[in-house]
Amino acid sequence: FAGLADVSISEDIPVEGEITVPVGSHSPDEDYSTLDEPVRDTILRDLKAVGKKFVHVMYPKKSSTLLRDWDLWGPLVLCVSLALMLQGGSADSKDDGGPQFAEVFVIIWFGAVVITLNSKLLGGTISFFQSLCVLGYCILPLTVAMLVCRLVLLAGSGTVSFIIRLIVVAAMFGWSTLASTAFLADSQPPNRKALVVYPISLFYFVISWMILTFTPQ
Amino acid sequence: IASPVMYLFAEFDDAANLLAANPDATTISIDEPVEIPKNQHSRRQETGREEDDELLGTDDSDKTELLAGQKKSAPFWTFEYYQMFFDVDTYQVLDRIKGSVFPVPGKNFVRLYIRSNPDLYGPFWICATLVFTIAISGNLSNFFIHLGKPTYRYVPEFRKVSIAATTIYAYAWLVPLALWGFLMWRNSKVMNIVSYSFLEIVCVYGYSLFVYIPTAILWIIPQKVVRWVLMIFSLCLSGSVLVMTFWPAVRDDNRRIAFATVATIVLLHALLAVGCL
Repeated sequence: FAGLADVSISEDIPVEGEITVPVGSHSPDEDYSTLDEPVRDTILRDLKAVGKKFVHVMYPKKSSTLLRDWDLWGPLVLCVSLALMLQGGSADSKDDGGPQFAEVFVIIWFGAVVITLNSKLLGGTISFFQSLCVLGYCILPLTVAMLVCRLVLLAGSGTVSFIIRLIVVAAMFGWSTLASTAFLADSQPPNRKALVVYPISLFYFVISWMILTFTPQ
Repeated sequence: IASPVMYLFAEFDDAANLLAANPDATTISIDEPVEIPKNQHSRRQETGREEDDELLGTDDSDKTELLAGQKKSAPFWTFEYYQMFFDVDTYQVLDRIKGSVFPVPGKNFVRLYIRSNPDLYGPFWICATLVFTIAISGNLSNFFIHLGKPTYRYVPEFRKVSIAATTIYAYAWLVPLALWGFLMWRNSKVMNIVSYSFLEIVCVYGYSLFVYIPTAILWIIPQKVVRWVLMIFSLCLSGSVLVMTFWPAVRDDNRRIAFATVATIVLLHALLAVGCL
């Protein structure tokens, strides 16, 4: 390279600039710095994520944030509160009572796992935990229905209250099924959508049945 | 077995055809006359032999019917192995359900609907629906029977669900297992043209249970006469599906054994109906 030997940078042109390569995202820095942030910030961030997902469930639009950042906190909280509220119903020792806490818990989680496996076996493209997350979050309308039912039962347990409870539970059942279908149906092969939606509606139907037949002592 | 190695040397067409195969290696079918001479004398046909013939023989796409009898060679610990059993579309499931509710005399349910593609979706979810339907309708019928009485307090009997689940799933899986074992044993003694794989038997039993679902719902009506009529009607319907399926498999056998087999099938089905409803 004979010609290049003559190239030289003259002394009076300052050489300056940045050597550091600009990073596209600052997440590695964030990961390091979350160790130093106060615990309240960490908890609040998670709580905000959970709250945002609750809002998504109540107004189901096709958004991918629910699917992308899955978490199981929301489903756990909903499941535990639903199981707790289903307690205290005809717990006589001699006749068959309502479902116990463990039974509700097992039904919800085992049912969600089975439905997820079913949709994956039918060729769905959604991941295991994403599907669990969606199914768990969509129990929110039914938990609200349970709250309403308990309040109505405080007022009385005649035919009128039964009709009110029936309407509320049926409406929330429809809402749950529609919400979960809105999120999950897109990831299925098109000619098998009904095969995937049916078990989901069966699952929410069973939970609605448990809520509707709840009779306090 | 050298057959997986032979995949590497197959033409692309052959590989594509083989990959499109449906799982069903152990059934003998009269619908595919080319295969009968080879398959007649060995039920557990190694998939290797069929694939060898495919590779050596012609590879046109209209031989995909023959390929319908081959299994994809996925090992049983991978997820893809189990995906093979869920390879059905909505309309296929609906057709199979229709076929079990309206049995056409003379048409074999297995041959007509399932022949190349037994699935586990139908049996599993029909059993699950049946479990919950029986529990719920039993509960509701109790409620209506005792409706007027002042001393009755409604209890949702949740124990019924677990008992019903155990019974129905045991029936839907253990009885086909026993029947399949029995048929295999008889096949080794008497040459039969028709034999079914275990999955096909599970499929037939699963889909035949479908007619009990509307029966269980109608069972809420607390009239004894209505209930008995419903039960006998549904028993005949689903029993006929089973009988028509299994009669060709045992008719070449000793007369008495054939009748005993069919009678046992019907009896077990009746026991299930009486016990659950």
